[in-house]
Amino acid sequence: MITLDKLYLLSPEFILLIAAFLVLGIDIFGKRRWQKALPYWTIAGLLLSMVASFWLMGHKETVTDTMAADSFAYYFQLIGEMVVVLVTLALVDYLPGRTHQQGEFYALLLFAAIAIMVAVSATDLIMVYLGMEFLSITSYVLVGFLRNDKRANEAAIKYFLYGAVASAVMLYGMSLLYGLTGTTNLAAIAQKLTAGNLVSGYQWLLFPALLFLTVGFGYKSSLVPFHQWAPDVYDGAPTPVSAFLATASKGVGFALLIRVFVTALPAVKIDWVALLYALSVLTMTVGNFVALRQTSVKRMLAYSSVAQAGYIVIGLVAFNGKVPFTAFNGVSGVLFYLLAYAFTNAGAFIVVGAIEEHTGSTQMDDYNGLVKRSPFLAGVFLILLLSLAGVPATGGFMGKFMVFGAALAEQFYILALIAIINSVVAVGYYFKVIKAMFFVPGEGPAIAVAKPTRYALVITLAMTLLLGIFPSWFLHIATTSGLAMVGL
Amino acid sequence: MIPLSWYLVVGALLFVIGFYGALSRRNAIAILMSIELMLNAVNINFLAFWRYLTPKEMAGQVFAIIAITVAAAEAAVGLALVIAVYRSRDTVSVDEVDLLKG
Repeated sequence: MITLDKLYLLSPEFILLIAAFLVLGIDIFGKRRWQKALPYWTIAGLLLSMVASFWLMGHKETVTDTMAADSFAYYFQLIGEMVVVLVTLALVDYLPGRTHQQGEFYALLLFAAIAIMVAVSATDLIMVYLGMEFLSITSYVLVGFLRNDKRANEAAIKYFLYGAVASAVMLYGMSLLYGLTGTTNLAAIAQKLTAGNLVSGYQWLLFPALLFLTVGFGYKSSLVPFHQWAPDVYDGAPTPVSAFLATASKGVGFALLIRVFVTALPAVKIDWVALLYALSVLTMTVGNFVALRQTSVKRMLAYSSVAQAGYIVIGLVAFNGKVPFTAFNGVSGVLFYLLAYAFTNAGAFIVVGAIEEHTGSTQMDDYNGLVKRSPFLAGVFLILLLSLAGVPATGGFMGKFMVFGAALAEQFYILALIAIINSVVAVGYYFKVIKAMFFVPGEGPAIAVAKPTRYALVITLAMTLLLGIFPSWFLHIATTSGLAMVGL
Repeated sequence: MIPLSWYLVVGALLFVIGFYGALSRRNAIAILMSIELMLNAVNINFLAFWRYLTPKEMAGQVFAIIAITVAAAEAAVGLALVIAVYRSRDTVSVDEVDLLKG
């Protein structure tokens, strides 16, 4: 039952909901001067909501049977809100001239943020499905919003067709799980499965159910072999939207993977650990080796973000709920990695977008001599690429350290070895871009970067370095949020 | 009374037919229809499980209703995207929508 005195736990969602309708209202009825400020209304709503999420962290309650209010959920809410702030900043100079319906775009972004918040708090299969679909449907529209752009159209229809099939498969898995246990609540499912107290005799359906659920979550977090949509969609979508899909939306896939598998399916942990082990190795290897032969920087980033998903899954494979007071419980590693990755990758996509805006190209050859044309972009991109490659003193390194450390703590030596070999391979394509920017001579006019985009990049740069050099405070938050999930 | 397993077999068949259609058809509208088949297979599952196993609790029924609603919203967005593609290139065949490759 829902009681009114617990509604304040949902205040981040309510704030964003009000902001979204406010943005829509201003777009329709507001004065011209107000309409110009729409992105800043959006950001104000997001910042307020971030304050609320942060302030509520540390609670460990359920709002209703279907929604949890724990640090784990608030942590992912914060990641989602921050990414949407960055995306909005990048959109300020991107949207005018491309569409007249800017208000709708910002409102949709806010709705996507709400969808993320609902999805990561879900503790019931119905809510998990609803949250995922809410996010998916708003994302389809965001990708295809610029409807006169052929490439965006194509990206949207591909994203939609893959997404609809994946979510139908996931829903089938949920129906099987419901048929086995007679309940849709995650904790109740775990209880019945552990006690062997099943309502029907089809116990063999448990593994197919697990497999089908993995398809749905794997699609969202672009794990191989459910990743085929990712490069095309990241390539064709408006670049700020690609930044959103590659970070916040992917984070939701991981949040749900962790929430559902850890809370509902501990009884078959051995099965999903084996499954995710295989997916992790596949994802890293395929992502990295395909990224190596890309000539477009945007597609290279797309495949690199597939490969990064492979590293992140390692944390869940090495998940261990038994050892108390350790940062290497796996889940905490995933949380920290996702935070660092969100800033780094969103920044990288924004840099690519800024350059594309000016040169109309994402080809590697057009990055030649970038340092002369825009020292700012080249410098930011250098740090972000180093972070993606996992060079020490960046957030990416600390993320890898936490996740690989968890793998070693759980004695997954071979997995850790494969991951490290993959990281070395990845350095190859990240440094190809760095080489082009700094060491290959190239000519071209200077690139001017719009002010809001500049702010977004400064934030991502600062956070990437901060997470790498002074990680202790963030590590503490990631660890406690992870432990809230693990149940310690 | 018809045993539960019959419903599940019908559901599974419908799901497999839908899945095969989604993978093999080239027309975007036909793929959409196949996806609807898959979702209806899921609804058969939910309702059969609910009726036979937990008729006193509402979860299964509620899930089916929500699945139907979401499917409708999804179809609306999907058709809008198909129309946008059709307007810009005069085709709904997914084979001919191939600008993005690599």
